[in-house]
Amino acid sequence: MLLSIEDLRKSYLGPEGPVPVLRGVTLSLQAGETLALTGESGSGKSTLLHLVAGLDAADGGHVLLDGQEVTRLDDSGRARLRRSAVGIVFQQFNLIPSLDVAANIAFQARLNDTPEPRALSRLAGALGLEPHLRKYPEQLSGGQQQRVAIARALAARPKLILADEPTGNLDEATADEVMEQFLALVAETGAALLMVTHSPRLAARLGRQAHLSQGRLL
Amino acid sequence: MTGAILSALASHWRRNRLQLLTLVLGLALATALWSGVQAINAEARASYDAAAATLAEGRFDQLMPPEGDAMPQALFVALRRAGWLVSPVVEGRLRVGGTAVRLVGVDPLTAPPGSAARAALARADLDRLVRADTLVAGPQTAALLAANLSNPVLVDQAVAPGTVLADIGVAQKLLGRAGRISRLIVLPDQPLRQRPLAEIAPNLLLQRADGATDVGRLTDSFHLNLTAFGLLSFAVGIFIVHGAIGLAFEQRRGMVRTLRALGVPLRRLIVMMVLELVVLATIAGALGIVLGYLIAALLLPDVAATIRGLYSADVAGTLQIRPAWWLSGMAMALGGALLASASALWRLARMPVLASAGGRAWALATGRTRKLQAAAAALLLAAAGVLAVTGTGLAAGFALLACLMLGAALALAPCLGAILRLGEARAARAMAQWFWADTRQQLPGLGLALMALLLAMAANVGVSTMVSSFRLTFVGFLDQRLSAELYVDAEAVADRAGLERFLETRSDAVLPIMSVDATLAGLRAEIFGARIGYTYRENWRFLDAVPAVWDEVEAGGAVIINEQLARRAGLSVGDALALGPGLSMPVAGIVGDYGNPIGQAIVGEALFRQAFPGVVPRRYGVRTDDPQGLRQALVEAFDFPPARLVDQAALKAFSLSVFERTFSVTGALNVLTLAVAAFAILMSLLTLAAMRLPQMAPVWAMGTTQRRLAGMEILRTVLLAALTAVLALPLGLALAWVLLAIVNVEAFGWRLPMYLFPAEYTRLMLFALGAALSAALWPAWRLARMEPAALLRIFANER
Repeated sequence: MLLSIEDLRKSYLGPEGPVPVLRGVTLSLQAGETLALTGESGSGKSTLLHLVAGLDAADGGHVLLDGQEVTRLDDSGRARLRRSAVGIVFQQFNLIPSLDVAANIAFQARLNDTPEPRALSRLAGALGLEPHLRKYPEQLSGGQQQRVAIARALAARPKLILADEPTGNLDEATADEVMEQFLALVAETGAALLMVTHSPRLAARLGRQAHLSQGRLL
Repeated sequence: MTGAILSALASHWRRNRLQLLTLVLGLALATALWSGVQAINAEARASYDAAAATLAEGRFDQLMPPEGDAMPQALFVALRRAGWLVSPVVEGRLRVGGTAVRLVGVDPLTAPPGSAARAALARADLDRLVRADTLVAGPQTAALLAANLSNPVLVDQAVAPGTVLADIGVAQKLLGRAGRISRLIVLPDQPLRQRPLAEIAPNLLLQRADGATDVGRLTDSFHLNLTAFGLLSFAVGIFIVHGAIGLAFEQRRGMVRTLRALGVPLRRLIVMMVLELVVLATIAGALGIVLGYLIAALLLPDVAATIRGLYSADVAGTLQIRPAWWLSGMAMALGGALLASASALWRLARMPVLASAGGRAWALATGRTRKLQAAAAALLLAAAGVLAVTGTGLAAGFALLACLMLGAALALAPCLGAILRLGEARAARAMAQWFWADTRQQLPGLGLALMALLLAMAANVGVSTMVSSFRLTFVGFLDQRLSAELYVDAEAVADRAGLERFLETRSDAVLPIMSVDATLAGLRAEIFGARIGYTYRENWRFLDAVPAVWDEVEAGGAVIINEQLARRAGLSVGDALALGPGLSMPVAGIVGDYGNPIGQAIVGEALFRQAFPGVVPRRYGVRTDDPQGLRQALVEAFDFPPARLVDQAALKAFSLSVFERTFSVTGALNVLTLAVAAFAILMSLLTLAAMRLPQMAPVWAMGTTQRRLAGMEILRTVLLAALTAVLALPLGLALAWVLLAIVNVEAFGWRLPMYLFPAEYTRLMLFALGAALSAALWPAWRLARMEPAALLRIFANER
């Protein structure tokens, strides 16, 4: 089992007291498996992703990722886990504006001391980024930026890819094209994928689907 | 509509209070430094004007004695009888309770109209003034007189500080100059027929009114330096304001777009934004003026003491609120704010109504702007180079300073960019590469604060090099000039010959010091007679001289002049100098003469006594191994007051204390300027902090801790400050060179050698790094303690 989530709870403090976002979510994911997480806005999809990545701390429950209890790790431990085991693809791309495309793609792999120049080059080629390697993010289109973000997440060869509406900012044609390349590369690397999406069409392309509603899995 | 626009504009400041604070405090600090310096200058100038107005100096011609500082009173009587409308003046320094005051004796009936003396004496009872030996003075001096003298004292606010007015007879009595006067003022509206001056008093020298006073001219340079410092500080502040306004305008692009889309005319919007700025600048200006008053009140006593020590000009030690400086402070605040906002308003006026709200981030200057900035820097630095080679005059000196400083400030970002690019190219690890690249990206956002630091640091290096070079040279100069162990003021001793014999039998050498005021090469100067001996030969160092300079001077065949006279009269070694009618001789040597505002010529004792037979030495320098013993012997034999016997150590200590006060003034201004620069960095970091999150959040998400990111933020700020400080060093040295080799020569008439002070620069650099570190700590601490939710929002929201 690569990822095991048990009774995960999280609330945020609102003006009228704590607002529960996750109300005891239990979920698991095998290595190489792909899972689409759907649900309405505010159902807790992104929060679940953030807790799995160790970007935020849970109020209760357990997240076991690659044999490590994420909820018990301190800040440094969670950072180490993100570097080594997780690749994240954000809806807003979140590239580093001061680095060029090549440096952005290699960034997480280099953070993890696992850069493989040939693999990086292959990824860039597969995503059609070779002509843009010396460009900066602001010089790219949205689709190109998201391809760079995907390449960055895959380059570190993580065991788990977390994707939060990865094509939510793209038009339909570009979204399909990017998703096609993304899923093919995920399958090629053998990584597991947990993807948040609003689109049933995209969700259907993944191995499993789970629906989150008002903080609970249905 | 106006109310709605105003509330929309104000809402930005309500939500960005730190930015509002930066803007108001930045402008207030800039105004404070400017108006503080202006307040000091205004107070000092008012004191000089009051002193000059005592006898309306500069407005009337004067008749001066041909030699020495006095003439017989009989000459006044002779001139009046011959129809000349002249008014006698006796003037001298009077020691009262350890303080020297300027005592001016005038004839109340003939004193020049429009002079403060005539007005003050007119307010006093004439009979009481003459018969009761009454003195008239300002409040501070009056208190001093009342505590130490038995004369009745009248207080008159109009009398200049440190000046005492009296009837001429009373002044003659107090100064011990019965029957002698210092000069005669030639009143306007002379009768048409009168005997020629040459027939009545052929020896008197007619000095034409030139509209300016000596003290005013002398102290102008000092105030010019202070004003330059004030302007520099203001420029540092304006950099802060420019940054704050630029950021505020950029952040309001979205609001501006919406307001315009909703039908607000562009012109109305710009007018409202200008009005908003005027209100903020007025508040900041008022705050700055109050701060400036406090700074001036703190520094004025030291400035007053410096001016008194250097130029013998009295300045009131307390500050008055004068319209000139607070109005100039307010004008600078308003002008500075509008200047700083001009480019932002211009961009706003040209922005299309459908422009992107996000646009380019404020921190990312366009490539075109960067190129323009680099080109402007190159042009300004080239202009500075041309001015350094070809410019003449004080104005050219200051233009050179302005070009140099502004050019260097504009060149800072390109220089730092190049250094950071080099670092990025050499970085092997991912975080190191990101660090260099991200630091380079911060440059436009931090650029203005770094420019402020560059200017502040360069000003510190430049001014401390100048002042310390001055000090080192001056100490050497004192060792040269104050080579005698004991100085005897013989003015009160009638039997000078007896005194000289007494000194000669009890010392290794006696050096009479005798001088006359003179006009040399058309300039006010003094001629000194020197007894050439081993003291002069061993101790004096020349800027330029013939090989046997002392032999030629001792033989009466040549003259030594000081640097001021050489520069102002364009004299070099070998040129002839006329010392008087029929007395002309070549210049054999030129000596440095620091702290003396006027020209000086030195001839051998024999020649001096022959040319000016009536002049007796007023002081003696005495070479002895036992100054204390000789001092005691003099007190016993001649009943000398101890105050008239000054040993070398005390004289040096006094002279150095004058300079220490100058240091304390410049030192205080240095610290204030650096503090303003540190404030600029802090405010820039705080305002940039929120904008930085989108750049840091992905790095955090990919596996870096907040603490590490915070540490890198500190390192980044300190690195930028260190690079700026390193670049400021050559700029500061260039500034020092301009001050020493150009501005000083034009303003004071002497050129000082430039020395380097590595320990001082290291201290300054550490101070700058400390300032940057302390500015970076708070924003970094906030980043390290930030809730992850704040970083996560970056991934959830459109930015």
